[in-house]
Amino acid sequence: MDNKFGKKHYDVIVIGGGATGAGTARDCAMRGLKTLLVERFDFTAGATGRNHGLLHSGARYAVTDQESATECIKENMILRRIARHCVEDTGGLFVTLPEDDLDYQKKFVEACMKAGISAEVLDPKEALLIEPAVNKDIIGAVRVPDGAIDPFRLTVANVVSARRDGADVLTYHEVVAFEREQNRLTGVRLRDTRTGEETVEHADLMINAGGIWGHHIAELAGVKVNMFPAKGALLIFGHRVNDVVINRCRKPADADILVPGDTISLIGTTSTRLPYDQIDNMEVTPEEVDILLREGIKIAPSLAYTRILRAYAGVRPLVAADNDPSGRTISRGIVCLDHATRDGLDGFITITGGKLMTYRLMAEWATDLACKKLGRTAKCQTAETPLPGSELDKSYGPEDHKKSHIIELSTDQKAAEGRHGSLSEQIEYKTEDDEALVCECEQVSVGEIKYAIEHLHVGNLINLRRRTRMGMGTCQGELCACRAAGILVNYNKCAERTLRDLSSFINERWKGMYPVSWGETLVEGQFMSWLYEGVCGIDQLARPEDLIDAK
Amino acid sequence: MNYQEQNISANNFEDCIKCTICTVYCPVTPFNPNYPGPKQAGPDGERYRLKKPYFYDEALKYCLNCKRCEVACPSNVKIGDIIQSARIKYTKSKPSLRDTMLANTDFVGTMSSAFAPIVNATLKLKPVKVVLDSVLKIDEHRQFPAYSSQKFTTWYKKEAAQKQDRFANHVSYFHGCYVQYNYPQLGKDLVTVMNAVGYGVHLLEKERCCGVAKIANRLVKEATRDANINLASIRKSVADNRVVLGTSSTCTFTMRDEYPHLLHIDNADVRDDIMLATRFLFNLVDEGKVKLVFRKDFHKRVAYHTPCHMEKLGWSVYSTSLLKMIPGLDFVALDSVCCGIAGTYGFKKENYKYSQEIGSALFKQILSERVDAVATDCETCKWQIEMSTGVHVDNPISIVAQALDVEATMKANGVSI
Repeated sequence: MDNKFGKKHYDVIVIGGGATGAGTARDCAMRGLKTLLVERFDFTAGATGRNHGLLHSGARYAVTDQESATECIKENMILRRIARHCVEDTGGLFVTLPEDDLDYQKKFVEACMKAGISAEVLDPKEALLIEPAVNKDIIGAVRVPDGAIDPFRLTVANVVSARRDGADVLTYHEVVAFEREQNRLTGVRLRDTRTGEETVEHADLMINAGGIWGHHIAELAGVKVNMFPAKGALLIFGHRVNDVVINRCRKPADADILVPGDTISLIGTTSTRLPYDQIDNMEVTPEEVDILLREGIKIAPSLAYTRILRAYAGVRPLVAADNDPSGRTISRGIVCLDHATRDGLDGFITITGGKLMTYRLMAEWATDLACKKLGRTAKCQTAETPLPGSELDKSYGPEDHKKSHIIELSTDQKAAEGRHGSLSEQIEYKTEDDEALVCECEQVSVGEIKYAIEHLHVGNLINLRRRTRMGMGTCQGELCACRAAGILVNYNKCAERTLRDLSSFINERWKGMYPVSWGETLVEGQFMSWLYEGVCGIDQLARPEDLIDAK
Repeated sequence: MNYQEQNISANNFEDCIKCTICTVYCPVTPFNPNYPGPKQAGPDGERYRLKKPYFYDEALKYCLNCKRCEVACPSNVKIGDIIQSARIKYTKSKPSLRDTMLANTDFVGTMSSAFAPIVNATLKLKPVKVVLDSVLKIDEHRQFPAYSSQKFTTWYKKEAAQKQDRFANHVSYFHGCYVQYNYPQLGKDLVTVMNAVGYGVHLLEKERCCGVAKIANRLVKEATRDANINLASIRKSVADNRVVLGTSSTCTFTMRDEYPHLLHIDNADVRDDIMLATRFLFNLVDEGKVKLVFRKDFHKRVAYHTPCHMEKLGWSVYSTSLLKMIPGLDFVALDSVCCGIAGTYGFKKENYKYSQEIGSALFKQILSERVDAVATDCETCKWQIEMSTGVHVDNPISIVAQALDVEATMKANGVSI
């Protein structure tokens, strides 16, 4: 696969395998640009894979940031159409607790209306019928079109789409330098983050879609984009506590959103400023866990006695508005910079700011600018063309599940259909073994694992987890990791490497379990350590290069 | 850190640490690849069903409800209850005519007892079996238990009732459908044994089927109605200081544990007063309150089979200890494994093959031990073992009755009526 690289001249090289990078690569490829997408680790390894998975209606921003709110509701409606298999239409509630100011609700509803977000004031009793998990003491409730979105699926669907339109994709390739001719960037120097090998790729235009890491990428190009990392911690609960997104109707603060995401519920987030040099070392502190629990229990009391699976933290890429080097004026809005006009550096665009919800719009802006610079006229189609997996036709029922199944599907086949949408037709159940389960908590079959390895850029177990949910369930990889490793080794033919991979995978799972290690999760962790350290003795196998995904 | 100390899951299924021991102990998993196994069907599946009922898997019907998974679980997860509750809550299809017939053991029993000789003969006819098999999907290889012409309660009222008040101590007897319609001898044996040690045996004011078959076949409304009638009578009995004895491990288990867990009926006030006759009798002997005197001429080699619900109750030790008291009894302990029938489960055509495969190891062991009889506390285990091995099966109470020197026992306990 590597042979075809290095000889081609691309129109654009998109840097960053998060939602924005993948979305930009898709948009570029759809508009006929010869595109290369590069990512230093795995897709969704950065902020894309570490957020709430909330399909914002925009209501949360309505009072403080009308522009973001308007963008959100527009993109919300688009994503429901183009990314059906990544989206769950749960609806959302903004609830007012006795300790909150009910006057805020009025301001909130007005702001929503102004931004074009439907905001229906409900009787608190009605809200409790819609979502029984909500605190029964609420004094106010507003219904908004929030939902849940799976950022892993979304990003990979964009990559699959880009590839279909001819884009090349390189994961585990970090940009270490830019090739330049005077004031023009002409290519990138890439280092394989697993082998250290360096190569050069050339293109007319580089698009920096590195999120918070875009700060560093810009520095490599010799320009300055001021980023201010803000850390947000979240807790994952063991099962679906709520079926409707619950927000707190107050000025945005800590731990005021509870999102149902696939099989689990997520409470978040905290918000802490972080020095830039710490963005690759995210750890959740006991204080953050306490805040999340304390505030979470207020909106959904049953969280107090629900098992917590893990804790994690992501970085918000907040960008200082231009002409403000102090960084006091921070926007959550989209920032699209043409460094030719801004800094006199040609061949370089930065697309940053924004949020998961606006990834497509960010991609559209970046690609519009790229086309303008390259003299292309093709129009953006990403708002109309469904993503691979979401090409659901009449044969799909109301739950996005195919109607035509003659025999009743097993739970894992139903789950796979939910995860991969219409692409799940490519999962083959050739033998009885293919129907066996690898991950029992998240219902991932051998067939689905094989499909992911063959089609979705999977080289290791962590990649596999992000593509399928394997290892994301109650046992956090305790049972499925070694089974999946057994399948993976049939592809990479290296038992030694796979064992190190297994060690890295388990270390990564432990990292998230550690901050919430009490009760059942502590017992589970003990059992897991007994299995992997005690019985298998593989805890110390991973080398530094195996751990790049485990951060 | 206050919140962290208090955050302990109240959701029983979240106590599962995925050790999978339950699946190792599941009798169905090794033979039926369509069954997801207790871990997946139970705690794992529960997460998905909580996400959306759409994820319910109809293959949960293959669960025997043996509860061996719960016995095996080191984390005290009520796996069997989770599975049965999910079947009750999520199955879309209505119970079929067959399931309703099999479940209504008391109604069918009443009808069949009235015409017992005809019913017994008819059920053995090949054409009838073929019709049952093809129309009702009741497997043609399955032998039906014979119906008795005289119901237990008819005998009791005629032969036993009058003298029961003369004893110094009293118990109530929950005879169950099997003793009532198929095998009154077991009830007669219990009366003999209890009378011999000075206990009068009384019927409950009203007795309905315990409901185990109705629960298994998802007839929850009917089961709840019967359970409430039974509990009302049991409460009256307990108020009269009469413990309620059963001779069926399944009926006893159902009234103690399935009522609260699956039918959500609170029985905490009387639960401890519902118990198996062997346990009650063993404790009396053990505490020195009564003596058993056995006949010198009783000689039998008997193997004890532990029914699944007996395993769940943890009470087989009472039955086996009682049997071991009999001097002429050569005791053989069989491995505690499921016999495969699981009540109405093994009658169903789709389960028959698995039912026999599950029991095959047990049947082999019984045959290799060359015993005179098998003892077990469950009537459906009796049918299964008798049909599959040809070896006669008796309840431990019946074996005690056969071995008991009634007159000597009465004398030893100072009973004279």
